[in-house]
Amino acid sequence: MKKMITIAAILAVTPMDASFRSKGIVDKYRMYQLDFQKACSQDKDPSKKVMQAIEAEQLTTIRYPADGKYFGDWKQGEKIAVSGKGLTWKDKTPHNNGGGCYNCHQLSHHEIAYGTIGPSLLEYGKQRGNGEEMVKYTWGKIYNAKAFNACSRMPRNGDAEILTEQQMKHVMAYLFDPNSPVNKK
Amino acid sequence: MRNRTAQFVMAAGMIALNVTTWSPSALADAATDEIAKYREMLADGNPSELVAAQGEELWKVKRGTKNATLEQCDLGLGPGVIKGASAQLPRYFKDTGRVQDLETRLMTCMETLQGIDTKELSKTKWGKGEMEKMEALVAYVVTESNGHKINVDMRPAQMKKMYELGKMAFFYRGGAMDFSCATCHGQADKRIRLQDLPDLREHKGAAAGWGSWPAYRVSNGQFWTMQHRLNDCYRQQRFPEPLYGSDVTIALSVYLAANGNGGPVLTPGLKR
Ligand code: HEC
Ligand code: HEC
Repeated sequence: MKKMITIAAILAVTPMDASFRSKGIVDKYRMYQLDFQKACSQDKDPSKKVMQAIEAEQLTTIRYPADGKYFGDWKQGEKIAVSGKGLTWKDKTPHNNGGGCYNCHQLSHHEIAYGTIGPSLLEYGKQRGNGEEMVKYTWGKIYNAKAFNACSRMPRNGDAEILTEQQMKHVMAYLFDPNSPVNKK
Repeated sequence: MRNRTAQFVMAAGMIALNVTTWSPSALADAATDEIAKYREMLADGNPSELVAAQGEELWKVKRGTKNATLEQCDLGLGPGVIKGASAQLPRYFKDTGRVQDLETRLMTCMETLQGIDTKELSKTKWGKGEMEKMEALVAYVVTESNGHKINVDMRPAQMKKMYELGKMAFFYRGGAMDFSCATCHGQADKRIRLQDLPDLREHKGAAAGWGSWPAYRVSNGQFWTMQHRLNDCYRQQRFPEPLYGSDVTIALSVYLAANGNGGPVLTPGLKR
C-alpha cells in the first residue's frame, strides 16, 4: 500500500486499462505501473543513468532485520524456496506466499526441478562465505533485487511484501547454513 | 479414453525428464524435435478429436433466436470456409471494423447469424455452458488448419497498430512480482522448474508457441483455447484478469502470430 503514491500514472481509458478487471485478491490497480516498472518495460534496459537512479531509490526501501539476526531454519527455508504459490487471483489470501526461488534458480544438490531464469545458487554459502558484507548483500538482494539491478527479473520479496521478514530469514539459512543441501552433498 | 489419457501422461512425463539431459546443442534442434514429438504422440490419436467432433456437430446445429447454424460463418476466407482459416487469424475484418482472433470472430458469427447473446461469455467459467460450446467450436475449426502455415496478413494498418499494442503489452511490467510476458518468454533456452519457455520475441519461439495452440492439456485433461492460455499466463504474471476477447488479448495474439509467420500450424496441440 505504501507504494500507491509512486504509481507512475493512472491513465484515462487506454486499451490496457479497458482490457482488465479485478479478480479475487488481485485488484485492478495492480496493473498500473510503478515508475521503475514503466522504465523497464522495453526489450532493452534503459540508459545507465536511469538504471542507477532506480537502483539508488530502490536501495532506500531495504529494511534489515531489527534484531540483527539474519538466519532462521534452513528446513523451513527449503519449503519456501520450493513453493511458487501466492498472489494470483486464485489464492485466498495475499499473506501466505512461497518465494518461488526454484522457478528461476538451481539451489540444492538434490532438487533437479529447477528453472534457469536466474543464475545457479548451488553451494551459495560454501562458495561465498558468511562475511557480514556478503550476508547483508544477500539479504538486500532478496528484499529488493531492483536495488542491485534496476530491471532484474527477480521479484522484490521484502519490498513488495511477498515474503515476511521471518520467511526471508529461513531462506537465508537455506542459502548459508553449512548443513543445508545447498551447501552439503 | 481413460487408457489413452494414461498413455499421454506417460509420454509427457518422459519428455519432462528428457529436458534435464538436454545439452545446448540439442536445444538448437528443439523446434524440429517438437514436431517429431508431436507426430509421435498423435500416432495414438489426440484427445482433442472428441472435442472437435462435438464442435463439428455444433457448427451444424440450429441455435439462437434466429434458429440458424454457423455454416455461413465467414472466418476470413469467405462464408463457410473453414479449411486453413485459423492459420490466417487474427485478421482485420472490414464488416466489424475490428481485428479479431478466432474466438471473437466466432462470437460475431453467433451474434449475427444465430442471434446468440455472447456478452455472458466473459462471465462464464472455462469448460462450462456457452464457454464449453465455444471451446468445442474452436477445436473443430483449428483442426482444419493442422499442417498449414501460420499466415497472418500484416498489410492492413489496423494489424500494424495491433502489433504495436501487442508488443507494448508483451513488455509491460507490473503487478506484485513486477513480471511481464518477457520475464518468462523474453530469453532463449530458459525454463521455469522443468517447463521449457519459448522465446516469443523471436520467430522460432513464437512459431512453436503460437503454432501449437489451442491445445489439449494432458495434466488436467482439458482443451484450452488461446484466450484461456493467455488468461492463465496473466494469472501466473500476478496481473488482474484480462477480459475475454479484450483488445490486449487480441493484440498479443497478433504479436505472437506475426512473429511466428511462416511457421507450422500443429493444432490442436498436445501439452503437458
Ligand atoms: C522470476 C525469477 C526469479 C525468482 C522467482 C527469484 N530470482 Fe533470484 N535472481 C533472478 C535473476 C535473473 C538474478 C540475476 C541477477 C539479477 O538480474 O537480479 C537473480 C539473482 C539472485 C541472487 C544474487 C546472486 C549473485 O550472484 O549475486 C540471489 C542471492 C537470489 N537471486 C536469490 C533468490 C531467492 C532466495 C529467491 C526466492 C526467495 C529468488 N532469488 C527468486 C531471478 C529470480
Ligand atoms: C511467471 C511466468 C510466466 C509469465 C509472466 C507468462 N507466461 Fe506464458 N507460459 C508460462 C509457462 C510456465 C508456460 C508453459 C505452459 C504451462 O503452463 O503448462 C507458458 C506458456 C505460454 C505459451 C504457450 C507456449 C507453448 O509452447 O506451449 C504462450 C503462447 C505464452 N505462454 C504466452 C504468454 C504471454 C503472451 C504472456 C504475457 C501476457 C505470458 N505468456 C506470461 C509462464 C509464464
